[in-house]
Amino acid sequence: MWTLLQIELYKIFRRPRTYIAFVAITALITIVQLGLKVDGKEYAAFVMADLSNTLQIDGKIINGYFVCYVLLQLLLVHVPLLIALIAADMVSGEANMGTLRLLLAKPISRTQFILAKFFASTIYTILLLVWLAILALFLSMWIFGTDDMFLLKNNYAVQIERVDIFWRYAGAFCFAALAMTTVAALGFFLSQFAENSIGPIVATMSVIIFFTILSTMSIPIFNLIKPYLFTTHMVAWKEFFDVKVNSDNETIRGTIQRPDRLINSALILFAHIVFFVGASLYVFKKKDVLS
Amino acid sequence: MMKASKIFLFLFFISCVINVPAQDMSALVQKVKAKLDLVNDYVADGKMKTDVAFIKAPVGKIKIFFKKPNLFKIKRNNGISILPKGGVSVNMSSVLATKDYVALAAGDAMIDGIKTKIVKLLPMNENSEIILTTLYIDEADLLIKKAITTTKDNGTYEMQLYYGNYAAYGLPDKVIFSFDTKDYKMPKGITLEFEDNDKPTEAEKLKARKGRVEIIYSSYIINKGVDNSMFK
Amino acid sequence: MMQQVIEVNGLTKHFKNITAVDDLSFSVREGDVYGFLGQNGAGKSTTIRMLLTLISPTAGNIKLFGMPLHSHRKEILQQIGAVIEKPDVYKYLSAYDNLKLFARLSGVKVSEQKLMQQLEIVGLAARAKDKVQTYSQGMKQRLGIAIALVHDPSLIILDEPTNGLDPQGIADIRNLILHLSKEQKKTLVVSSHLLSEIEQVATKVLIIDKGKKIIEGESAQLFDPSQTIIELITVDNNFSLHQLQKSGWQKNLQPQREHVLLLKLDRKLIPQLHRDMVNMNIEVLSFQPRHSLEDYFLQVTSGNQHVDAFTN
Repeated sequence: MWTLLQIELYKIFRRPRTYIAFVAITALITIVQLGLKVDGKEYAAFVMADLSNTLQIDGKIINGYFVCYVLLQLLLVHVPLLIALIAADMVSGEANMGTLRLLLAKPISRTQFILAKFFASTIYTILLLVWLAILALFLSMWIFGTDDMFLLKNNYAVQIERVDIFWRYAGAFCFAALAMTTVAALGFFLSQFAENSIGPIVATMSVIIFFTILSTMSIPIFNLIKPYLFTTHMVAWKEFFDVKVNSDNETIRGTIQRPDRLINSALILFAHIVFFVGASLYVFKKKDVLS
Repeated sequence: MMKASKIFLFLFFISCVINVPAQDMSALVQKVKAKLDLVNDYVADGKMKTDVAFIKAPVGKIKIFFKKPNLFKIKRNNGISILPKGGVSVNMSSVLATKDYVALAAGDAMIDGIKTKIVKLLPMNENSEIILTTLYIDEADLLIKKAITTTKDNGTYEMQLYYGNYAAYGLPDKVIFSFDTKDYKMPKGITLEFEDNDKPTEAEKLKARKGRVEIIYSSYIINKGVDNSMFK
Repeated sequence: MMQQVIEVNGLTKHFKNITAVDDLSFSVREGDVYGFLGQNGAGKSTTIRMLLTLISPTAGNIKLFGMPLHSHRKEILQQIGAVIEKPDVYKYLSAYDNLKLFARLSGVKVSEQKLMQQLEIVGLAARAKDKVQTYSQGMKQRLGIAIALVHDPSLIILDEPTNGLDPQGIADIRNLILHLSKEQKKTLVVSSHLLSEIEQVATKVLIIDKGKKIIEGESAQLFDPSQTIIELITVDNNFSLHQLQKSGWQKNLQPQREHVLLLKLDRKLIPQLHRDMVNMNIEVLSFQPRHSLEDYFLQVTSGNQHVDAFTN
């Protein structure tokens, strides 16, 4: 199993395609950072426009923590597409290349083969997120410095103390890893059914885009199905950035407003992963390799 | 006859209310101002608690800077501070800095068990941002216990002041600043939040309140000079 | 007695409503070069894929090295090296890296020296570090064979190994097969749709068509020179037939096929036949000696008609 995993990782990281995602993320992040560095005040003024009628908010609104939040909001919509590029290719790509029959004629079990491939795509996903964290969080902290975070929610604003933020990002990135692994698992599952890479990649992207649109739209009939879409739960990392308040409306350090939601979403995503991987195993074990 | 005497008595009463106490009140306000004028500048350490319906904010350590006549600044130590717009009026000296007002007596009131005079300050300048300020003055100690300011653009503010160690300078230990908060709705598209009507109970609970900023002063350094650069 | 390396019984595979392999039984002995003949689509690849567990049979059972395949998959596959149709490998890796990767998958640790040796054998050592995407078809084929051999298997399965190769490449593969069989004592299964390839290397031959076994036999028997078939086209076939029927060649005549007269005889008698035909005034347009299997195979593949029995 360990050998298989090593081989899968070796294959992933020897392919030029793998690095597209890293380059894309780097480009996106640095562009946003550049924009905020140059025009951050304008952006802050724009975002705060409604609030500044009543309130005067002083301090470094555009700081590293805030920039990271903005970046995560933007990127966690796009990163799934980059993950699909690799995960949805894991099996179909081998079929397409003609190497699948060669691999499966080797003395390795199909179960181990599938699991090794899935873990390899998970590791790729996590590495992508680590890279994202390095650029979006640490680089932003370096460029913009750190300060309290002032975030606008739908109905209210939250100010989180500087010392109370870092662990939230650690949690958010772990949650994002779970969410992105769900995407990887979906892509991986779809990759069982095709003998070319494009089909499953496009299918995975389409599912994610379609579900995300449904998750975002506030139309009553869609609201009914929202809780059943995994894309709705993928954004639950934001729960880390909401704080409980005491009876005096003071924020309480180290708290999360709705940990129940966070746990619920995490469990739902985890269930999706188990389902997709289980289904992949079931399908793959029965599959006749004709490619 | 009875009717005429009643009208007379009423007119007399009115004239008393308008003329005699009005002069007294100007003097009282001047006395209070004179006391406040003892302080040329100060730097104070304190804590600030922002309690606005739609904002969740932590209690933060702050530094407050003041310099005559009306320079005033609250700085949060390495953080973001949220104050009501026109937060400068948190400072009483600023309120009294201008001389162009009419001070009218409006009776007495008890605040925290202390008898106070109610004084209405009407600005003479028609373009003044402040329309009316009502002060509750503790006559014995020459301290402003409460002030209500109505502004043209920013609604009505209420300030309650509590005194302790620095009462001799007319500087409070605690100020509670209350103000109206307009109903506030985030523009869609900026937040990128998926949830639609998130946490309704919480939001409703918060909305029921007025906005409050509470400043607790722990120590003052008075008249030791403050550089103008601090107010930028 | 030599051990049976492959024993297949009643093997059947249905794909939806297509029967790709139909009740196929055959066996391969240790040391055989087993020629697996059939047209494209006859079921050769499906059968080979079933031997390699790539496809699961609908019915029937497969034993390799005396063990049932489904229960001893790992041990069995460890002893098999295969090139399945096109020699597809990872194009973004070099020959060396591909070879190393597949050696590890086969569960053997192979030294760099051994890997280079292996590439040397197939003539790729000079370009071992170049990416496979720069290789020609023949080079890829040779790499495929190197991959099949890298873990020193005792059974080697080559599915259409000469597809897309030039004559030199075909000759190289043939020599390699003979080398593996004679020098290294390997058992080989070689499939092809070309009889000429199989007849030069195979010790035993199986022909299948539409998933069914047509014939299985020893090459020595099937390619027996005493069973040569002559295809004869003359100016006047009726006259020629008449003449031959009258002559001593009457017993050698076979049922006529369209415009071709068929005779079955020992190869040694061909000069005599020539002389007699000249004497009988038979004017020959075409004279084509074939051995019996070839004749048979042609019928199956070109006419696509079933001959119920193959008789000597």
